[in-house]
This record gives sequence, structure tokens and C-alpha cells, in this order.
Amino acid sequence: MTDTTAVENDGAVLTHARAALWQAVCDRDEYAAGQAVFTALDAGAAVEDVLLDVVAGVQHKVGREWAADRFTVAQEHAATAIHDRVIAAMAHRAPPAPPREPAGTVTVACVDGEWHALPARLLAEVLRHRGHRVDFLGAQVPTPHLIAHLHRTAPDVVALSSSLPVRLPDAHSAITAVQALGIPVLVGGAAFGDDGRHARLLGADAWAPDARAAADLLARGLPRPVPGAIRQRVDDLPHLIDQEYSLVLRGKRQLVRDTLAGLEERLPAMRAYTEAQRERTAEDVAHIVDFLSCALYADDSRLFTGFLDWTGDILEARRVPARVLDPGLALLQDLLKDFPRSLDFLTRGRAVLAARTAPARVPEPGAPA
Amino acid sequence: MTSVEGSSRSARGLLSSVGASWMRAPYPALVVDALGSVVEINARAADLFPAAVPGTALAEVAPDWLVDGHRRAVRGGSGAVDTVRGRHGPWTLAAHATLGAGGEVVWWLVDETDRSLAEAALRTEQERTAFLADASSRLLASLNVERCMELAVELATAYLADAAVLVTPAAGKRHPLASCVGGAVVHRSVRLDPATVPGLAEALRGFPPVPSRWIDPAVLPEWAVPDGFAGPVGSVVVTPLPGHGVPAGALILLRRSDHAAFDASEEVFARVFAARAGAALSAARLYREQSGITAALMAELLPPSLRQVHGVEFAGGYRTSTDTERVGGDFYDVHPGAGPGDETLAVLGDVCGKGLEAAVLTGKIRSTLQALLPLADDHQHLLSLLNGALLSSRHTRFATLVLASVRRRSGATRLRLTSAGHPLPLIVRADGTVREAATSGTLIGALPEVRAHTAEVDLGPGETCLLFTDGVTEARGGPLGDAMFGDARLQAALAECAGMPAEAVVERIQMLVAAWIGDNRHDDIAVMAITTPRTTHLAAVDGRTPGRYTA
Repeated sequence: MTDTTAVENDGAVLTHARAALWQAVCDRDEYAAGQAVFTALDAGAAVEDVLLDVVAGVQHKVGREWAADRFTVAQEHAATAIHDRVIAAMAHRAPPAPPREPAGTVTVACVDGEWHALPARLLAEVLRHRGHRVDFLGAQVPTPHLIAHLHRTAPDVVALSSSLPVRLPDAHSAITAVQALGIPVLVGGAAFGDDGRHARLLGADAWAPDARAAADLLARGLPRPVPGAIRQRVDDLPHLIDQEYSLVLRGKRQLVRDTLAGLEERLPAMRAYTEAQRERTAEDVAHIVDFLSCALYADDSRLFTGFLDWTGDILEARRVPARVLDPGLALLQDLLKDFPRSLDFLTRGRAVLAARTAPARVPEPGAPA
Repeated sequence: MTSVEGSSRSARGLLSSVGASWMRAPYPALVVDALGSVVEINARAADLFPAAVPGTALAEVAPDWLVDGHRRAVRGGSGAVDTVRGRHGPWTLAAHATLGAGGEVVWWLVDETDRSLAEAALRTEQERTAFLADASSRLLASLNVERCMELAVELATAYLADAAVLVTPAAGKRHPLASCVGGAVVHRSVRLDPATVPGLAEALRGFPPVPSRWIDPAVLPEWAVPDGFAGPVGSVVVTPLPGHGVPAGALILLRRSDHAAFDASEEVFARVFAARAGAALSAARLYREQSGITAALMAELLPPSLRQVHGVEFAGGYRTSTDTERVGGDFYDVHPGAGPGDETLAVLGDVCGKGLEAAVLTGKIRSTLQALLPLADDHQHLLSLLNGALLSSRHTRFATLVLASVRRRSGATRLRLTSAGHPLPLIVRADGTVREAATSGTLIGALPEVRAHTAEVDLGPGETCLLFTDGVTEARGGPLGDAMFGDARLQAALAECAGMPAEAVVERIQMLVAAWIGDNRHDDIAVMAITTPRTTHLAAVDGRTPGRYTA
């Protein structure tokens, strides 16, 4: 057998495993899910490939299906739970060989408020199989817990995961707090941008687009930052001095109320809303304000326009026109007329919504970076 | 020779204008002709250069820097040399040149010895202060003992010595060491006799340091000279690392024989640095001890991680009211039955109060319940005994809780549920209907008698029973910021959880509540899901039992 056929066979094994796992997840059949990955492992597929090309691949598809309104939230949670158990069973069946040359210790954690633990968990497993000693702290780790853990264990590197851009301020505090201990931070996840621009903005020591790239970076090792050098937020983000971020965030509750009141005045249909419908609308406005404030934090209008575009996709997949978002943005413009950066972002956001054509695309999963 | 004579004449002419007072000037001065011969020299200059009499060559009596300066002054003419500086014997001198018309140079000398010493001392002090400030912030950054030792030896080699070895008090029979040479740090644990390094035994006991000049580098044992140290050791300083009351260790500093030996001020400075390293190391050690104690005590108080037991899924989620704490007044536990046919007892409850004090009482309730497990057949009886135990304790708090005795039967799971003054468990059916379990009872730890009514519930595949504390339903927040999450929202959220695995139900509820709360203050929150799996559980073949995938 030549190498090429071996590679083709590997490809076929993984493709088959992906299809089988997808079917098992749709049926919520944990046993079949286990069978899908173990069959691939029995056929000689590498653990890393099964983790990243099969499990992560199917999880990504689950997100796409949810975005396209073909999967319910419950199905999405169930799929994640099945994947968690499959990964646990894999670790049990194929424990990583003890490292000959210790490849360094890594603490893997999700930033506070980040519930999507699966990408971080996959990275932890990949690193274990590459010979690292790994502490996986799981989803939404409060920064004080992370720091206490690091004082006890003093790993060589901390890997932080975040998929939600609205968690960027929390990620920033975590990054600077870890670096102040003299430990370098590698970050990953959609929150940091598809090109890692927000990782650079927040002063992370390294960024990786995916688990393989992260493992490659860690194999080379990261230099230690100077311990004790404590950076303030505004050192990294001088634009915060204009106070727009702080004021919008602090005034969020009032902004949501005022926007809601304005919507009721402008849109007669809203007066007939049920309490639950009003709450959904208030949640939508609250999300818009959340993304506006995180765009102000990073001073990146794309965080805001990208969110609106993605929300438009999600709405249209559920047969709601994206233009329903526009009156809320217009009201926010009135309310935030003294805030130049906010006004600019809101204007750009409205332009993005106005430029949307008929719903033709399938939305990508997860909030945009 | 005419030129020499000519120059001498003109020099004398120059001097005649100032007269004999020049010879008694309080600053040294001398006249040197263009060919480098001393023409005149005043009394103070003669003190500096006793061999210099008129007619001698400057090169024979003066240091090179002055001879060189003279040559340049003669060659370059006026303006070529302003001032030259250099050392002469114990002095530091500045020599200012004035050019005569005949090419001779009058050198006016100023003694700068004290000033240059003061400048050097100031520079050293500034460097040391900057180093100490930097060292302190680095040393205090980490509360990890190993990192702290690493930083101490790294800093010591960066500024004080060619190599550094930090010896900490013995842990058992061995002393943990960190050593650094050329920036590379090595941790070792060595069985050593401190008496083999002069001054080490004293330093480890906190006695004053032995002066460096008393320590013969030749007697150092092998472990005290790190691998990679190039060349023989020239001088050694052993200085104690003072800790909080007890010595934190000792620092051995080594310099190579081709480098200057430690002088007295460097020894003093090494002690100042060691004091900071010692304080940081003691803080790190204290933190390690405290966090070890906390972890040991906390192990009993932390919510356990749950998994599948005898064919039934259990999953739990816990969040304390503040991020800095790990335990609070909410608790849960699962006590697996002895065999697949035996009942597993799950409990979830809430002690009045928050924080560590409340957590201590949860620990007491949990261990009392564990002791009462054999009586779990009768919830009412068990609660009465628990009530008695709480009433007789010194705690004045009360608690509410739910007991769930769980047994898997072929197709379904049979639950016996009893609420003792606690929010009622919710049952999620496969079709998405959500109902409260029909149990009731009084809280415990408050009244002499408790009464309780137990409900029996069967869970089919994919059905869940959710136990939760009021931290869920009373969570305040939402998009407008001040609404309670409430029973209706919880039940609506659960309706979407039909058919989900237990962990997924817990995760879903935790996520929704966390999103609802946002940045608001909240109470402790505990959630437990008990679920009959829809299909065969992977954990059934996870290696603890023989199965298809464990071969």
C-alpha cells in the first residue's frame, strides 16, 4: 500500500465516522455515537484526527443546523452532552502514552461567562496526546479561581478559550492577570476574531485559529512575560478614556427600557404584544446594547456590524425579516446622540441591515467575531 | 634647541606676569613645552608628581592620559583639547589646558576624586534601587514556591553573582534547591549537610551571616556549584533569607575567580536583596500551606461531581453567590445504592445564610445524612433524626432540602421524593409537560417536630426530575434588570429539555439563569437533574464494567 492510499483510506475512515456520528447525534443515541468513533480508532485513525475532524466537525455542523433553525436548542445541548461523553470514553480507551520528554504543563480554561467548553476540552485532549501535562478547568472559570489555581500549580502556559465577543472585557482581565504572574497566555476561539486581531489588541502572547495550530505553537513553547508588570485596561486600549464604553454599559438597563418604550410608541403592533413577546424584544435590544458596548471596548465596528448581520441571518432563517432590528437602532441613535463612536457604529450597523438582500444564505453557527 | 629655549623663555615670560603667587596657588598646575618637557611646576603639582622637576619629560612622570592629552593639545593647537580626565595614583584628576603663544601648555589640574567617588556611589545606589524595585515586583507576582525560588536565583545571577543557589529548609531528609547559572534554572532535591558550606548552617537557622572573606571557595561541596559554572569559584557569599519568624532558606552566591570578589557593600546589598526574596518566599510558602489546608477541608464541602449510577443519570451544577468563594449554603450529594437493585439516595438542600459559615453547616448535614443512610427507606423518620441532630447542635441556622430515593426498574426509574420545606422538584415528561412533584414537608432545624409527605414518581426514558434551590427561581435580572426568573420561566425552559441527557438539562438551566442574572448580585445556586437515559449509556462500558470497548 502506498502512502497516498493510506491517506485516502484515512480520509475515508474519517468521512465515514463523521457520517455515523452525525446520525447518532441526530438520533440522540450515545451508544451509536461511541461506536462511530471507536470503529474509526479500530481502523487505525489517529486520536487527534478523530477528535478534531470527526467530533469537532460534527459539533460545528450541529451549530450550523441550529443557526438554520433545523435543530432546537435542546438538540444542540444534547449533542454537546453526547460529544462530552464520547471524548471521556475515548480518553478512557486510548489514554495518552506517558511523555518521554515532558512537553510542558498547560492549564486550559474558558473565560468567565463562556459556556461553550467543547473547543477547550478538545484542545486539552489534543495537548494530552501530544505529551503535555494538562489541567482542564472547564467552562466559565471566574478569574479569581483561575489565578488561585495558577498560584498553586504554576504551569508553563495558560490557554484561554472564548467564543463570545461580549466576553472580551472578561478575557482581557484574565489575560492581564495571568501575565502578571509571569505566565504566557495563548488564546483561541471566535471571540478573538478570525485573524486573531482581538487577541493582539488585548495583549495575548499568542493566538491560534484552531486546536492543531495551538498545539504546534505550544510545542515550540512561549516566552514568559515579565512577572509583576501589571497593565491597566486603558494601557492596552487608550480609546477607553472617552468613557463611552463605561457609560453605555452602566446605562444599559435604562437604554433598554427607553428603547422599548420608544418602540411601543413607534410600532403600534407592539402594544398588542404578550408579556413573553415583550420580554423577547427586550432581550433582543439588550443583546444589541451588549454588542455595541463590546464593539466600543475593542473599538472595532466590525464586532457590531458582524453581530447585526449574523442576527439578520438567524432571524431570516426563522422567517423574520432582518429589518425589524432597524427601529431599535434608530432609537439608540437618538438616545446616544452625545457619543460619537456609538453613533458611528449604529450608523454602520443600519447600513449593513439596509444592504441585506433576500435571504439566500445559511447562517454560520455561533456569534460572529 | 632654540625652539626649546624660546619656548622656555616665553613660558617664563608668562609666569612672570603672575609672579610667585602662581607657585603657591591652591590648585596644582604645571607648564609643559611643545616637545613634552616640564618647564615649571607649582608646589601642589609637585605633591602629585614628586619626580617632576623642570626639564624632565612629562611621559616619565605623568600618567598616559595626561601625556596623550598634551600631545593632542600641542598638535591640534587652540581648542583641540579642552579637558582630559583620568586616574593618577589614588586620585581622579581633571586637567584643563591653556595654550601659550610659543606652543607650551599650562595644565591646570583639579582633584575630582571625591566627586567621582560620589558619582559612582550614586550610580550604584540608583542601579541597586532600580534593581530592588524591579526584583520586588517580580518576586511578589507569584505565590508559587517553585516560581518564587526560580525568580530569586534568576535575579541574583542577573545582578549580583555569576551563579546562585537557593537552599530551603529540609523537607524530610532532603533540601529543595534552585540554582541558576547563565539564565538557566534547575530545581533539585538534595540530601546535604549544611555544615559542609561555611555559614550555611548558620544562615538556615537565621543566625547573622559569615563574612565572605572567611569562606574558602575551595571547600564548597559539589552540589553547591551548579553544573555549567565556568571556571573555579573565586568568592562566595552565603546569606540568610529571613522569613516570617522562621528562616525561609539561604542564598549562596558565587563569583568566578576572574571576576572581582564580593566587597563589603555588595555583601550588605546581597542581604537586602535576600530579605526581599525571603519575604516573598515565605508568603508563597504560607499560601501553599493555607491553600493545602483549605483544599483538605474544602474537599468535604465542595459539591461532588456526579455521574451515572445503576442505570440512572445524575448531573449537578453549582454556583456560589460570589466568584471568590467555592462553597456556600447550597449543597447536593448522591449516595449510590450498594447494588443495581438498591436505592440510591440523592439530596439537594439550602442552609439559611451564605459563605463559609453556611458551608460548614452543609458539611454537617451531609455527613449526618450519610450516617443515616441505612434508614433512607423512611424519609419521614430520616428527616426527624436529622432535625434532632440540627436542633441539638450549636448552630442556630435551619435548612430546607429534598430527598430523592432512586431505583432503576427495567423500563423506568422509580423515585421517592420528599421535600422538607424546599422548592418542589419538577418532573419533565417525554412530551415536554412539566409538573411539580406532589410532596410537602416542614423545614428542618427550626421546630421540635417535622412532618413530611413523600411522593412517588416514575421517570420513563428521556424524562427528568429537576431538584433546585431558590437561587434559581429568585434570581433577579432579565433584559430590564429587576425581574425575578420565577417558576413560570423555569418550567418553560424545562419543557424544552424533554429527552435531554442530565448534564445537558443542568447546563441549559445554568446558562439561562446566568444570562438572566447578568452582572446582578445573586444567591447561591444549585441544580441537580435525575434522568432516565434514552439509550444505553456509554458510561456502562467505560471500563469499570467489562464491555465491547474496553478490551
